[in-house]
Amino acid sequence: MPLLETRGLTKSFGGLTAVLDLDLKVEEGEIVSLIGPNGAGKTTVFNLITGLYLPDRGDILFEGRSLVGLQPHEITALGIARTFQTLRIFTNMTVLENVMVAQHCRSKAGMWSAILRLPGFRREEERIRQKAIRWLSFFGTRLVGYRFDQPAYSLSYANRRRLEVARAMATEPRLLLLDEPTAGMNPHETQEMTGLIGRLRDEAGCTILCIEHDMKVVQGISDRVVALDYGRKIAEGTHEEVANNERVIEAYLGRKRACAKPGEPSAEPQTQT
Amino acid sequence: MSTDFQFGTDEWVAQEEARRREAEAAGRLGFRLRRAWDRIDPRLRLLAGLALAALVPFVVHNDYHLRVAGFTGLFISLSLGLNVVAGFAGLLDLGYVAFYGIGAYSYALLASPHFHQHWPFWLVLPLVVLISALFGLVLGSPSLRLRGDYLAIVTLGFGQIAGILFLNMDRVNLPFLHLDRPLNITGGPNGIINVDDIRVLGYTFDNVTRYYYLILIFTALILIAIYHLDRSRIGRAWRAIREDELAAQTMGVDVRRLKLLAFSVGAGVAGATGVVFAAWQGAVFPPNFDVTVLIILYSMVVLGGVGTVWGAVSGGVILSILPELLRNPEMARFIFYGALVLGILFAFRRRKLSGLALLGGVILWGLAVKALLTWLRPAWLTQPQIPASIAQSFYAPLIKALNWWMVHPLNSQGVGNIAFAVALGLLLVAYRFKARFQYALWVPALYALTFVWETRLVQEPSITRMLIFGALLVLMMNYRPQGLFGQRRVQRQ
Repeated sequence: MPLLETRGLTKSFGGLTAVLDLDLKVEEGEIVSLIGPNGAGKTTVFNLITGLYLPDRGDILFEGRSLVGLQPHEITALGIARTFQTLRIFTNMTVLENVMVAQHCRSKAGMWSAILRLPGFRREEERIRQKAIRWLSFFGTRLVGYRFDQPAYSLSYANRRRLEVARAMATEPRLLLLDEPTAGMNPHETQEMTGLIGRLRDEAGCTILCIEHDMKVVQGISDRVVALDYGRKIAEGTHEEVANNERVIEAYLGRKRACAKPGEPSAEPQTQT
Repeated sequence: MSTDFQFGTDEWVAQEEARRREAEAAGRLGFRLRRAWDRIDPRLRLLAGLALAALVPFVVHNDYHLRVAGFTGLFISLSLGLNVVAGFAGLLDLGYVAFYGIGAYSYALLASPHFHQHWPFWLVLPLVVLISALFGLVLGSPSLRLRGDYLAIVTLGFGQIAGILFLNMDRVNLPFLHLDRPLNITGGPNGIINVDDIRVLGYTFDNVTRYYYLILIFTALILIAIYHLDRSRIGRAWRAIREDELAAQTMGVDVRRLKLLAFSVGAGVAGATGVVFAAWQGAVFPPNFDVTVLIILYSMVVLGGVGTVWGAVSGGVILSILPELLRNPEMARFIFYGALVLGILFAFRRRKLSGLALLGGVILWGLAVKALLTWLRPAWLTQPQIPASIAQSFYAPLIKALNWWMVHPLNSQGVGNIAFAVALGLLLVAYRFKARFQYALWVPALYALTFVWETRLVQEPSITRMLIFGALLVLMMNYRPQGLFGQRRVQRQ
């Protein structure tokens, strides 16, 4: 049984079909890359899996269990975590708190035990802290020590990305969804992140589904690559197979007679502020 | 401002960092104070505050002053509760005072001759907290769908409805009961009077001092509870929702549950405070729970710093005590002139000479005006006498000096009104000009302002209080938008 499976997954926004009849399988322990041109529906797939959108048709199975209709936090509790393409850290909380929040679904102290500081609460709080520190130290010395108590907004862009990964890992996921983990990073940082994604699988035992544009990164990390275009799966296989696939090349570069396609809106969910 | 921005750091952060470094290097007062404050153990802060507050009844020998101190405590606990909803969870709840009213009215109904109920306090308190928390759930449920401004409108409506019900539920027709006349539930504008004093274990709280200590303990307990709640997984989740609801959700935070919890905790605190208030005042009336109270509470939270426990406390203390100080015209004068002089020196702390020149200019201008008028139109002026009651007090010299400096027209009201318009006009014009010319305009503008203060404001403390409130908030939001204890916040792009 695959860890994650989507069957005939479809989602449209008004007249725009973002995802159409997508069948996707991710086996336990795999690193799968999701590629495709802008507006291909990659992020929408992530939003469907994490419960931010409700699919129009089709089913999403996690360890054989349907996720459709579950609240996002319930899906997180089942063991799926994600990062965001546009960073969504908790800007005005400290670095350590950012990661500690993610332990919310793995802890259960109630209001009264927090107010009265019962021994159980103290033990749990210490455990949450230790876990958060562990995940922050995963990135070497960058996010540790004096950084713990600094507000998250004081971090550099690359460090914010790292913080997002640490936060996602602190929910103790079995499946990690990374949405463009190297966007906006310089080549050196990108290379480092590539190595890190491998370590997340090997050391933390996490299965990873990753949206990535940088084909070097895709080549470096993926066991399998899935290419989307206009919400449809157009190719699947090893990096070489997909990279040489005619339809993939066409989707990225266009055919001679094809006109330039109009730009489509980003699939990142919007919140009202 | 230094420009050595780090690679990958966005501009705002770089500027903030540079500002922080600069402040650190210059050893600025605010920065040093902040660091010293952060070093104090929170338990020590609370103990020191409690010790100081416990001394108040020994220093103050006037029941009225002690009542003010008691009200300060009640306002602190109210703003602590409001801080949970509006500060931690970031939900703009404008119906907050309704819970205060619900708590107070519930106690008044269950422990007064109104319905001949005299339930014991230890039973009523948990019950009322439960009732208010339930109402909090009711009001919180729309918050699951509404955000920002929309939530504010809905909650404001709820607050208004509650207020109207308190006022009009004195003639309620109940079906099926066949009462011979409409039922009087809230007493309408007459309120409910003769509410029982609080009795705990045979000990009756029947005078101001006893109530003061009761309120002190009550407020301290609320403070500790909310401080603990803030530093727990629940507090973190609340703040995460405030920062980014969607991200919080995907990180496993049950947003619905926690929002409702925030509303109920806030409502419960307000309800409990209402109980203490009703028992202490011995009566409840609808105006005790109107929009004015809400505005004052929000001012307290904003002034102290949204989302910080110590901010709610300091905001509560400042905004409860300041209006009382302003009641006494002599004291009000002291505060006004003190604030004016300190404000000028603070604004010109980098160019001390200009500041002193401005102060001197205002004084000389005043003397010139006085001399000119005494020479040309002596009939327009009067020379006020110092009332005998304060001739011996420590502010007599200040008043004497002021009387000598300031002109006192016969028709002080009319001239004062004109001067008010002139002062505002001059300030607005001065704002349009740059540097030297601006300072030149500041002199008559400030003089006109002190003239308005002497002729109009000092005589009418109720208006002055509101003006000072407003001016304080405007200044605060301009120079320190995060409030006294708040940390500067960044908006997500």
